[in-house]
Amino acid sequence: MSALAFVELEEGIAKKSSLEAVSYASSVESDVTAIVFGAMNDGEADKIGTAGAGKVLHVSDDQLAQPNIMAYASAISEAMEKEGSSLLVLAKSSLGDPVSARVAIKTDASLAANVVDLPDTSDGFKVKCSIYTGKAFVINTLTGDKKILGLKKNAVAVKEDGGSASVEKFAPGKSDEDFKVKVTNREKATGEILLPEADLVVSGGRGLKGPENWGMIEDLAKTIGAATGCSKPVSDMDWRPHHEHVGQTGVKVSPSLYIAVGISGAIQHLAGVNSSKYILVINKDPEAPFFKAADYGVVGDAFEVVPKLTEAIKAQQG
Amino acid sequence: MKILVCITHVPDTTSKISFTDNNTKFDKTGVQFIIGPYDDYALARAVELKEANGGSITVLNVGEAETEPTIRKALAIGADDAVRVNAFPSDAFFVAKQITKVAKEGEYDLILMGRESIDFNGGQVHSMVGELMGLPSVSPVMVLDVEGNTAKIQREIEGGKEFMELELPFVAGCQEPIAEWKIPNMRGIMSARSKPLNVVEPTGDASSVKAETFEMPPAKGDVKLIDPENLDELVNLLKNDAKVL
Repeated sequence: MSALAFVELEEGIAKKSSLEAVSYASSVESDVTAIVFGAMNDGEADKIGTAGAGKVLHVSDDQLAQPNIMAYASAISEAMEKEGSSLLVLAKSSLGDPVSARVAIKTDASLAANVVDLPDTSDGFKVKCSIYTGKAFVINTLTGDKKILGLKKNAVAVKEDGGSASVEKFAPGKSDEDFKVKVTNREKATGEILLPEADLVVSGGRGLKGPENWGMIEDLAKTIGAATGCSKPVSDMDWRPHHEHVGQTGVKVSPSLYIAVGISGAIQHLAGVNSSKYILVINKDPEAPFFKAADYGVVGDAFEVVPKLTEAIKAQQG
Repeated sequence: MKILVCITHVPDTTSKISFTDNNTKFDKTGVQFIIGPYDDYALARAVELKEANGGSITVLNVGEAETEPTIRKALAIGADDAVRVNAFPSDAFFVAKQITKVAKEGEYDLILMGRESIDFNGGQVHSMVGELMGLPSVSPVMVLDVEGNTAKIQREIEGGKEFMELELPFVAGCQEPIAEWKIPNMRGIMSARSKPLNVVEPTGDASSVKAETFEMPPAKGDVKLIDPENLDELVNLLKNDAKVL
């Protein structure tokens, strides 16, 4: 049986979460094809191959170069049919989520979202998924002939021992129905590390007192190569843009390290970060509830601790 | 404008999550249920659109009888009538099928719901309903303006947003800051009691995804506190212990 992995490109580069999807697919099925849309940088097909795909279906149609939920769902369904794929794996994202749900209906597949681990196939096909905003897991049994898995970040590591992938042009059929939604503009921070993709995240809260004090958060983030985030009050007050809001009703992150500065740790904020591998909390209030959810803590004034921490890291970086 | 708002009946965001019956059932003991926070945004925007353009709002929930207080709250906030599909919302596909059936019968101009439920967090239902109805679906929507038959939308994407235009009808999964949550006033609460709440039986669509058992994440160990005067130790721990730097 074969599997298809949907690989999202970010400025021509395969997203790391998508490479995780390729590696996940290759741990389940031996025969893995990746599908990509739009201009792909040199070397990216090799990366996808190393991650575990034997073939890359490349859609270079100009009309499909920019993300389009309905048209991508149609193209991916067609690719599954063409390749005889019984499994589709993709990374959770603002594109992957809606595309996977549409493909599930088109192909009559069983869909599981927020998958955190490889399937247990000893008795049927069982996958573990994150629920209650990271507060619990469910084991789902998928009984459809076709299966679609939407992966949470860090569900598996990206493989580095795959072979090379051949690149095949793929020109899916197009229907006017799929182009009813006109994307008139796209505003996107460039050159920044995207929050949901980031391995390291530095977030600031109300304790920072105002948007003018974000320089030290950005310095620390830049020093370690982290994305920046914030708490809900901070984005509500427009100190930071909404796409940086981490929490129950914002972005849910699962980085290796989450650094929270001046955030008390309301349960709604914790819901967005509880899948982080390690949490470091910097807060002057020793009673801040966030310390209970943290691995490391510094009780101290953020305005002193953060710049000193940045210096200490720089010193060790040499 | 005829608007259908689909709501979930979910544990309050501050609830402690636990399971019973050998980890096969959610433990409702002491848990307060609310309108899903994202659904609440969808409902609030629907009320604003109705105030501006006229029309009606139907609120829909797939759930057993226990969800009726939650549905009444949505009526108190400003929906005109309600439909409850009398079934446990076992998974996204099943719920999408139920919504599709009600939506087809009602011929709505807009079908709104939250970007995801806060219990299963799948974020699949709006897109499934769109596909089942042959309509566009957009999610997560932060801005939704309607002029005549055209909607202007802002959708959140990683690191920014997309601006879109499309014709009604369509399905949208909503999130903040599409509207401010509305708190029902006394008049709303009084009138909600007499607004129609129709109970319909579900379609027999079987799903191919079944929740077998639940698990809790492993308990977190104690926090290791580091002296703010000794941040080198912290860097050391992050580098060599946690191996994250």
